[in-house]
Amino acid sequence: MKSLLPILAAFLLSACTGASLRGTGDMGIVIERASGSVAVVDSSTKSILGRIEGLGDLSHASAVYSRDGRYAYVFGRDGGLTKVDLLERRIARRIIQAGNSIGGAISQDGRLVAAQNYQPGGVKVFDADTLELLADIPATYGDGGQRSKVVGLADVPGNKFAFALFDAGEIWVADLSRPREPKVTKFRNIGNQPYDGLVTPDGRHYMAGLFGEDGIALVDLWKPEQGARKILANYGKGVEKLPVFKMPHLRGWAVAGGRAYLPAIGKHEVLVVDTASWQEVGRIPVKGQPVFVMARPDGRQIWVNFAFPDYSHVQVIDTLEQKVVQSLSPGKAVLHMEFTPRGENVWISARDDNRVVVYDTASFSKLTELPAQNPSGIFFTSRAARIGF
Amino acid sequence: MNCRPYINHIPDRAVAALFLCLLAPAAAPAADPSPERTRELVRMVRQDCGSCHGLTLKGGLGPPLLPETLREKPAESLRYTVLLGRPGTPMPPWNAFMTEAEADWIVQQLMAGFPEETR
Ligand code: HEC
Repeated sequence: MKSLLPILAAFLLSACTGASLRGTGDMGIVIERASGSVAVVDSSTKSILGRIEGLGDLSHASAVYSRDGRYAYVFGRDGGLTKVDLLERRIARRIIQAGNSIGGAISQDGRLVAAQNYQPGGVKVFDADTLELLADIPATYGDGGQRSKVVGLADVPGNKFAFALFDAGEIWVADLSRPREPKVTKFRNIGNQPYDGLVTPDGRHYMAGLFGEDGIALVDLWKPEQGARKILANYGKGVEKLPVFKMPHLRGWAVAGGRAYLPAIGKHEVLVVDTASWQEVGRIPVKGQPVFVMARPDGRQIWVNFAFPDYSHVQVIDTLEQKVVQSLSPGKAVLHMEFTPRGENVWISARDDNRVVVYDTASFSKLTELPAQNPSGIFFTSRAARIGF
Repeated sequence: MNCRPYINHIPDRAVAALFLCLLAPAAAPAADPSPERTRELVRMVRQDCGSCHGLTLKGGLGPPLLPETLREKPAESLRYTVLLGRPGTPMPPWNAFMTEAEADWIVQQLMAGFPEETR
C-alpha cells in the first residue's frame, strides 16, 4: 500500500495538469459588441469555451495577440485597452487610455502595444506586459494646434508602426526601436481623407485608402526616400459615386497571388491591383459597398462582406477565375469574417441574429452556428504570427 | 402603415422608394413612429449610425451626436444632414431608408438624449 501512494499521487497530478495544459493555436475571441464581453472560442471543436466580461464599450473593437498566443489585447471604442488571458479566461489588465479609440497593433518584437485614437487624435504606445505608457505621439498637423484622427495603424518591420491621419492627409511611420524616444517620419499630402491602412504580408508596402478622392496612397517602406505615391487614381472617373453607409476596412489579408484586392469607395466593386507594377488589372462587380475584402490564407479565395443595406450577404471571389463564385446569407448584419489558420473554415458574425456561423470554405456548407450577443469582430490567435495583424 | 423602403442600389430606385413613401397616405404623419418602427429606428441609429458616430453616440469618425453638442444647431439643418448627407464628408444620405417625419423624430431624440436599445 505504502508503495502505491507515490504512484497514485503522480497519477492524480498528471491528470490535473493534463486537463489544464493546452496550446492556444486553435483559440480565438469573438467580440460581443453590446454586452462588453468576449467569447473565448476553440476553432477545432467549433465551440465557445467561456466568456470574459467587463471590457466596456466594444463597438468597433479590434484585437491583437501576444506572440505566444496567450493574451489578446482588445481595443474598445471608449478608449479601453484590455489584456485578456485566453487560458485562464480572465482580464489580466485593463486601462482607459484615451477618450475614443479605434484599434491597435503589436510590435514586431511583441514588446509594445500601440493604440490609435480618434480623441485625442494620436498614437499611444504601451509596454505589452504591464500596459505602462511608454510613448505618446500626438497627431498634430497644420500649425500644430489641431490633432487629427488616426486610422490604419499597422506594425511594420523594424519595430515600427505606420498609420494615417484622416484629417491631415498624411502617413506617419514611427520607429520605436527606442520605445521612449519614438522617431517619426512623415509623408505629407498623400491624398484626401485616408480612412484605413494596410501593410502587405511581406511588410514592405503600406497603403492608405482614400475616402475624399479616388485612389490609394502607397509607401514603399524599403525605399521611404521615394515618398508616397498614389495608385488607382481616378478609378471612379466620370461616374457618380454611390453613398457609403459604412467605412470599408483595409485590414485583413487582401493580398493574394501577386495581386491586392481592395474595396472601391462608392462603387460596388472590388479593385484588383498587380503588386509588382501597382497598376489596376481588374475590377470585380459585387453585391454592395465592400467592407472587408479578405483572402483565404492560401490566396485562392477572397471573401467580401458589405455595408448597410447589403450587409446580410457575403460573396466569394475565386482568384483564378477573377469573379464571384458563391453568395451566402449567413444572417442579418454580417460584421466580420475570420479564417481558421489554414483556411479550411471561415467564421462569420451576424450581429442582429446574435450568432456566429461557421462555413466550410471548399464546399460552402454551413458547419455550425454558435450563439453570441451582437457579435462583431472575430480574432484567432494565428494573427499573433502575422505582420500587420 | 409601415413605410420602409429597402433597396440595394441607390440613386433611381431610392428616389422612387422615397417618393412612394411620401405618397403613401399615412406615411409621414407628424406623430411618433409606431412602437415597432421606433425599435427599428433606435437600433439603426445605435448600430448603423453608431459605426461612424459610436454606439454611445460620443463620436468616432463622425462627430458626437449628443444633446450638448447639438443644442446650438438648428433642427432643420440637422434633419437635412440626416436625409441628404454632407457631400465631401463621409456623412451619407439616409433618405432611402427613412421618411422626413422619421428623420425629424431622430433629430428630436438626438437633441433630447437618444433612447437606448431595448432588448
Ligand atoms: C460612414 C460614416 C457615417 C455614418 C454611417 C453616419 N454618419 Fe452622420 N456624420 C458623419 C460625418 C463624418 C459627419 C461630419 C460631417 C462634417 O464634417 O460636416 C456627420 C455628421 C452628422 C450630423 C451633423 C452633426 C453636427 O454636429 O453638425 C448628424 C446630425 C448626423 N451625422 C447624423 C447621422 C445619423 C442620424 C446617422 C444614421 C442614420 C449617421 N449620421 C450616420 C459620418 C457618418
